[in-house]
Amino acid sequence: MGKKLLMKGNEALAEAAIRAGVKGYFGYPITPQSELLEYMATNLDARGGVFLQAESEVAAINMVYGASGTGTRVMTSTSSPGFSLMQEGISYMACAELPCLLVNVVRGGPGLGTIQPSQGDYFQAVKGGGHGDYKLIVLAPNSVQEMADLVYLGFDLADKYRIPTLILSDGALGQMMESVEFPEYNVEEHLVDHSSWTTIGRENGREQHYITSLHLLSEKMEEINIHLQDKYKIIQKNETRFESIQTEDADILIVAFGLSSRSSQKALELAREQGLKVGMLRPITLFPFPTDEIKHLAQIVKGILVVEMNAGQMVEDVHLSVGNNIPIDFYGRMGGMIPQPDEIVEKIKDLSKQVKI
Amino acid sequence: MAKIHGHVKIEIENCKGCELCVNECPQDSLKMSKNINKKGYHYAVLNDDTCTGCTNCALVCPEAIITVYRESKISKEKMATITDIKDNISISVN
Amino acid sequence: METTREGIVCNNLDQMDVVFERTKVLHDTPTSYCPGCGHSVAHRLIMEVIDELGILENTIGVAPVGCSVFAYHFMNVDMQQAAHGRATAVATGIKRVLPDKIVFTYQGDGDLAAIGTAETIHTINRGEKIVIIFINNGIYGMTGGQMAPTTLEGDVTSTTPQGRNTLIQGHAIKITEMAAIMDGAYYVTRQAVNSAIAVRKCKKAIKQAFQNQIDGKNGTNFVEIVSNCPSGWKMTPIEANRKIDEEVIKYYPLGDLKTPPKGA
Repeated sequence: MGKKLLMKGNEALAEAAIRAGVKGYFGYPITPQSELLEYMATNLDARGGVFLQAESEVAAINMVYGASGTGTRVMTSTSSPGFSLMQEGISYMACAELPCLLVNVVRGGPGLGTIQPSQGDYFQAVKGGGHGDYKLIVLAPNSVQEMADLVYLGFDLADKYRIPTLILSDGALGQMMESVEFPEYNVEEHLVDHSSWTTIGRENGREQHYITSLHLLSEKMEEINIHLQDKYKIIQKNETRFESIQTEDADILIVAFGLSSRSSQKALELAREQGLKVGMLRPITLFPFPTDEIKHLAQIVKGILVVEMNAGQMVEDVHLSVGNNIPIDFYGRMGGMIPQPDEIVEKIKDLSKQVKI
Repeated sequence: MAKIHGHVKIEIENCKGCELCVNECPQDSLKMSKNINKKGYHYAVLNDDTCTGCTNCALVCPEAIITVYRESKISKEKMATITDIKDNISISVN
Repeated sequence: METTREGIVCNNLDQMDVVFERTKVLHDTPTSYCPGCGHSVAHRLIMEVIDELGILENTIGVAPVGCSVFAYHFMNVDMQQAAHGRATAVATGIKRVLPDKIVFTYQGDGDLAAIGTAETIHTINRGEKIVIIFINNGIYGMTGGQMAPTTLEGDVTSTTPQGRNTLIQGHAIKITEMAAIMDGAYYVTRQAVNSAIAVRKCKKAIKQAFQNQIDGKNGTNFVEIVSNCPSGWKMTPIEANRKIDEEVIKYYPLGDLKTPPKGA
């Protein structure tokens, strides 16, 4: 349906989820994502799904756990403080290999913080926010259109790899309105048959299925961990996604995801107008992180500027990717403030001087 | 009414020696053996032939290792079959 | 099956009726519970009920964290293992997407009435059409015998060495009474498994709870089972079962606390 609509990010995401065949949504009110919850409350039941507002985010994520165990496409959405409450449940789902879609519309923290946009939850999102060694697939939209597109991808990847998949958005992307087109998507063609492990009752007396993350025997627990790590390596190899903008002739490379990439894009254009050859690499998957691509670009450019809405989190992963053979600078705003293009241009200039362009 | 005759079979290797069955049996038919099973527990044993098959022991057994038998009524009927009855004869079977 | 090496031997077993035998819906493996533990009895009763109601192919259980965290190794039904306190939320998720299936949770007192209190109250408040089996043995058994929300005043545990003092550690919580006053509750009962009589009544109550769910009755079925903890209470199983009669059910009286109005 190529019809263009003007929608809020939160609502576009919700609509995409319904079109992607979500059958269970369990959530809890928290600004700045409540529109997503409300959209589901208004639309999901009428379109073949189940909506339920839980008594807390802790309850919500565990409802997702249960429903996912039946092989149903399920999701929840929340914002930073709520996402923190969900960490235990997510760790359980990662271990039990339960697919689901998670949405964190990040707000400024720490603590109760603010309801303005932020990227301060990056570490929590990509390093495994709960206990134990695990990862989520983390997708970072930078527009209302991507708030929709990444939902389809998110459900497909979650089912393909039996892994909770997180869309890391933020208060601005969730609340702002932009045009969006919903792609053609035949749900049946994308669903995966999970009946070999789901708990729906021992039909025809088949042997018992049980879903657990408890393995007291260390040999078995390590086996589970090795299996998870192998899975993450495969995901790293097959599912890394990013966008490169004018990197072919760049002297300075900006690395920025989500909303920060929007300001950075503008800064790139302004800088180019002033004769500075700037390119940008925008990770779309934060896990798997585009390590190889950044390593490759680091051999071409003279300096890297990482722009984020936090105190500097993804910059560490850029360091890990590049090593220390070229200068890596960082520019970040916190507390809900958004890096402005002219501020970024100043940083580009500083870096250019530093690397003598 | 003649006492119903019952019997129990106990999977002694899975008995944990909790003694709840012994304590629950109204006929005191059960007692703990002096021997121990592979796990080192004294296990329950049907000691007197006074079991009536009331199933109390099995109801409280946490390990569900007691199977209870009771004399089937059919065998009693067999005893009381009489081939040809000319007139009504009253028979009492005690 | 091992025949008794000693004691009475009976050679006309084949003419006798089997009047009680282990249900096939229990796994063959022995339970991990301590000798005399009521968990094992409760497991058996639930499996017998599932067997007798013929719902094995439609039933999904949710195990908690606690002594019965391994319930799925003993209950041969499809099960999920929930995070501590979250079993009723997990069950809600299952029941909401599979409303025709029979869903039950099996939880201890810490799981249901301490860390999981909010989930318990709100699951019942929503009237989720599930069966909640609540084993109240007044202790955290798995972790070594700490005070539970239902530990009686004065009872010694590893975290109430001088006995529970209500001024400091609060009162033994009456969560089942709380459930009984909630409109979302359909059937609320408190049973025990510390004697053959109690076991018979308990099984009847469990069967009623599952039958309510099969019949799609609106509301949650809540079955508390007062049980023992020989290891935690530092008693023999027989003494522990006696303590239930002499002390526990004085504070936690047995019987139905909420039964549906006739014809409801």
